[in-house]
Amino acid sequence: MPITYTSNEQVEVYRFSAPAAILIPLVALFLQAFVPLRLHFFSIFDLPLLVVIFFAVARRSQVTGLLTGAIIGLLQDSLTHQPIGVYGIAKTVVGYGASSLGVKLDVENAGARLLVTLFFYVVHEIVYFTVARGMVGLTLKWNWLHELGSALANAVLAVALFALLDRFKQRI
Amino acid sequence: MENLITRYRNVTILVAMLFAQVLGLAVQVKRTAENESTRLIRIWTVNAVTPLEKAIVWGQGGVTHLWHDYFYLRGVRQENRDLKAEIERLRIEHARMSEDAEQAHRLQALLGFKEQFISQTMAAQVIGSSGSEQSRSVYIDKGARDGIRTDMAVITADGVVGKVLRVFRSTSEVLLIDDQSSGVGAILEKTRLQGVLRGTPTGEVVLEKVMADEQVPPGEKVLTSGGDRIFPKGLPVGTVTKTSPGPELFLNIHVKPAANLSKLEEVLVITQQVEKEPDVAEGRARASDILAQRLPSVPDAPPDDPNKPPPPTSGLKILPAPSAQQASPGISGKPAGTTPAAGAKSVTSGSGSTDKTAAPSVPKKPAAPAAAPPGKPASSQPKPKQSEPPAEDTPH
Repeated sequence: MPITYTSNEQVEVYRFSAPAAILIPLVALFLQAFVPLRLHFFSIFDLPLLVVIFFAVARRSQVTGLLTGAIIGLLQDSLTHQPIGVYGIAKTVVGYGASSLGVKLDVENAGARLLVTLFFYVVHEIVYFTVARGMVGLTLKWNWLHELGSALANAVLAVALFALLDRFKQRI
Repeated sequence: MENLITRYRNVTILVAMLFAQVLGLAVQVKRTAENESTRLIRIWTVNAVTPLEKAIVWGQGGVTHLWHDYFYLRGVRQENRDLKAEIERLRIEHARMSEDAEQAHRLQALLGFKEQFISQTMAAQVIGSSGSEQSRSVYIDKGARDGIRTDMAVITADGVVGKVLRVFRSTSEVLLIDDQSSGVGAILEKTRLQGVLRGTPTGEVVLEKVMADEQVPPGEKVLTSGGDRIFPKGLPVGTVTKTSPGPELFLNIHVKPAANLSKLEEVLVITQQVEKEPDVAEGRARASDILAQRLPSVPDAPPDDPNKPPPPTSGLKILPAPSAQQASPGISGKPAGTTPAAGAKSVTSGSGSTDKTAAPSVPKKPAAPAAAPPGKPASSQPKPKQSEPPAEDTPH
């Protein structure tokens, strides 16, 4: 069984079946588009982002992580009316960063997952705002309180969601 | 060099991916909206996500229908009684209001003003959203094959919702009025001040381009002005909540949308508007009247009784109350034939779809004029907006 060793620590690498790798992001996109119609507060969550972080950390491959982030981000972009690429760029960065972190650290426990999601949510928002304001010319207002609240809500959801998605992991 | 790339392979791929996306973004931003075509990735994503949304909405509707129409009928009798009482009250009110409206229509016809009438609408179900706080748009279950086109107005019973932004084969994306890239020509009901309604990054709706020296009281209704050539004039948009100084000598008028944009289920897409001069004989059917008739939840009006006498062109002849005569000055007695020729002048947007049609020229069944309370003269009622001079943006 191939196992990667990083920083003298045994870190397991996982893979996902093709249906899971395709359907999980699609279901996340679907829920992100559908649930806010019924539960308006749900729009503070970013399920595609959580899926990107989960896949990136579990696979522990930077190239796979950034590609996963780019694809999911571009798909999310195509549901909005904004130019395609804003979410794509933000999630590419997050996918790369999360997989880089996954290579070096064991982020399998709930506490680590909470902190990782909290951190990468803020990173995602910073990149998103930068691109949206700098390139697309959108007038967005940065509100630290709102962003930190959203980050915390997403982190709490991530802990539960990652536990659910762990069932789809397959050890290499 | 090759060694360097191999060594930093991951970073190189990251930079390449980011560069490709930045490049793609720059191309899209540079391209004007007119030249923009729907990208293939949008079509793929929408086609992948919306069928599931449609299926769930359809299933949910079926279960709700079964529960509410067959099982959960508690309180229906009481509700029925209340509704009947409400109908009686509204009939009396309608009889009073129709007098003023009748007079306004005659005056408009005499002056040759044109109005925009909603001649075709299509009911659609909201099946999804963009899923982003920064992009306020929803998806509906009608698309190109149903006759939907871009820039068609989308409304509900309460008011304006938005406009069709992108059309796919069986779905369409609707840009909501609270999105920061939207713009609706609007007019304040009483002060008749015109402005542009826009969304803000925080999801609020503000009326811009109203000079700072104007007085706009909170609570004033905001209507569509018709100046944007998308929304017919006179549709409710919202209510003024507060006013604050804005940029460059303009006011920032905060508006609460009339339609509940966060809980949209069914909407109407205006597939055709007709511009015509109001007809005295047929002038009762205004855009807002048609809207009231076209709601999906409102059953169709029963067919007219052929034995019933035709509806009067003026309340003068039927209403016995002397005050009703005061409501109609000299021109009220003029026969319909003396009014300017009425008829469709131009179709501002159209589709040859198989929509339910509602000919605007079909007069609404008038309420029994005898129901008007004798003690309340029609002329004493506050004048509706029809009595005001038409806005400048109305085509002449």
